[in-house]
Amino acid sequence: MMDNEKVKIRIKLSSIIRRWEFTIFGLLIVIFIINVILSPELFRIHNLLDATLTFTEKSIMVLPMTLLIISGVIDISVGSISAMSGVILGVCFKAGIGIWYAAVIGIFVGLVAGFINGLIITKLKIPSIVVTLAMMLFYRGIGYILLGDSAVRDLPEKFGILGGAYSITFIPIQFLIFIVLAVIFGVLLHTTTFGRRIYIIGNNENTARYSGLPVDRTRLVLTAVMGFVSGLSGVLLTSRIGSARPDIAMGTEMTVITIALLGGVYIFGGRGTILGVVISAFILGYIHYGLSILNIQEQVIRIATGGVLIIALLIPTFVEKIREKAFERSR
Amino acid sequence: MISKTGLKSQLSTIYRRREFDVFIVIVIVMVVVGLRNPTFFTKENWKDMLMYVSILAFISIGQMMTIITGGIDLSVGSVLALSGMSVGMIMREYAFLHPIILILTGTIIGLSCGFLNGLLIGKGRIHPLITTLATMSIYRGLVVVVSRSLWVAYGDITPGFRLIARGNTLGINNLMFSALIIAIVSYYFLNHTRKGREIYAYGDHQEAAKFVGINGANINMLVFSISGMLAGFGGVLWVSRVHTAQANTALGYEMQTIASCVIGGVSIFGGVGNVIGVLLGTLLFGVILNSLELIGIVDFYKLSAQGFIILVAVIFDAIISHRVAEQMRKQRRIFNDGQ
Repeated sequence: MMDNEKVKIRIKLSSIIRRWEFTIFGLLIVIFIINVILSPELFRIHNLLDATLTFTEKSIMVLPMTLLIISGVIDISVGSISAMSGVILGVCFKAGIGIWYAAVIGIFVGLVAGFINGLIITKLKIPSIVVTLAMMLFYRGIGYILLGDSAVRDLPEKFGILGGAYSITFIPIQFLIFIVLAVIFGVLLHTTTFGRRIYIIGNNENTARYSGLPVDRTRLVLTAVMGFVSGLSGVLLTSRIGSARPDIAMGTEMTVITIALLGGVYIFGGRGTILGVVISAFILGYIHYGLSILNIQEQVIRIATGGVLIIALLIPTFVEKIREKAFERSR
Repeated sequence: MISKTGLKSQLSTIYRRREFDVFIVIVIVMVVVGLRNPTFFTKENWKDMLMYVSILAFISIGQMMTIITGGIDLSVGSVLALSGMSVGMIMREYAFLHPIILILTGTIIGLSCGFLNGLLIGKGRIHPLITTLATMSIYRGLVVVVSRSLWVAYGDITPGFRLIARGNTLGINNLMFSALIIAIVSYYFLNHTRKGREIYAYGDHQEAAKFVGINGANINMLVFSISGMLAGFGGVLWVSRVHTAQANTALGYEMQTIASCVIGGVSIFGGVGNVIGVLLGTLLFGVILNSLELIGIVDFYKLSAQGFIILVAVIFDAIISHRVAEQMRKQRRIFNDGQ
């Protein structure tokens, strides 16, 4: 009886260890330790939370992106959408609209942009990567058309609250938004029918269609949500840097997709968890933070980001190869 | 009589081909722009435009090969910048080196970058899109490392190096000449050699290709090496053409190569595409970019316009392919009824 229990626990443990989330959690701890060695100051709750400020704008975009990739669609126009939202916020503010209404308009524009993406992808049945590739240039261009090389600088002080201020004692508002969104998306993906539907659609689109699931409508909703959150992220970023400019969030799509894939989301859809993605957001965030403390340039940091992504994706292949070899030897 | 019907069917296949559509659009755009601004047809303008298009053309051919295998190479812009920057830095230090050595160096740098991509994709079994997304930022970061935050300015370029882009071979500008040679070689390679056909077969159906005995890993390594090599070569020519190399050289260039491929009828699903289509696609892309400038559209509109062009090409493509699929289904039904 006791043995049975033990075996059960062991099986459970091994299944946890074999899970991707566990691997990257280990990675997170390693990176965390390296960070603390490099700058012992980090190990204070204040600094830990401050460090999150630099990557929460990206992290909130990862959540809908996870759902989107699981459903078999990818959106690489997210960076451009957030830049466009930020610019539209600035333009509206300059035109005399109240700053909070301008923010709402900015987010709404993001929603519309995502919706347009979704319409083209689902109605015309074009691969999402190509559509959003084109839209990435298109939306970025709209930002430039509206503002050119200039920037809207004199945003009111109180608007900066969104990006940099603390809510309850020391938790930044941005981070709070990320946590709330993570919970919402986690619940949506892992406990609701809608969430199960996303997995089924991503696993096999045709099966889902023949089973009568609204494939197109689901994807349309997801792309619209993606646009909404990108818009929100653009507003937060604008608030943090204190000016609306068309060249913000360049290359964000790359970071967002990196976080999602490192978090165990399968690029062809059907697999992935919110937990994994949240852990991987922290990994990339703290890598970024640690390296920028060492005064390393942004673009050089991206070497590390890319390297981590490749290593993370090579691990499964190598494990499989070692297993194959062991299997052959045992025969 | 027979020859007449033969000619007729040949003509109808030409009409139906993608290249013809693109060609017509090029002509229309040229006429419209030429009417608006006669400087479009001046020799100088054409030379400038074709010099720009040449580099884009052969890098797009490399891109096409990766897309035909069902992959994509997002790292070409970064490889181009890395090769250009490295060569520029070498030239700053050792100005006496012959341009040909520099060209070779740049090409080898590109080749090794591409080979690394291919290795990760073929042997590491990572999806091409993700691999090159990651290597794109790695190579771009390396550009900054190599440059030590400096940049290659006009004064650093030796006269011999300048001549790479300005000089002529057989009466044609070097850039156009090299693009032409690369296009002819790749045309022969893709259509008349065993390996070339294997690339199409692999892209058309990876599983089937495996059963026929095509080694997917080798195909990937080959294709991405070629793409990287061409990008590396392009990097040297780029620096020679614009006389500078910066950390953000050719930022977003991969989008232009992909756009040229998509416009030229390369299917993003793999297995379809040819060199002539891509050449015309690049030409159309170049003509449109040039026209925007000539009509006096501000630089800021360029990005949106590029995106819009890609979108139109893609939508056009999708509508045609849906129609073809529909037709095939109808034909099959007729065939089945006949049985």
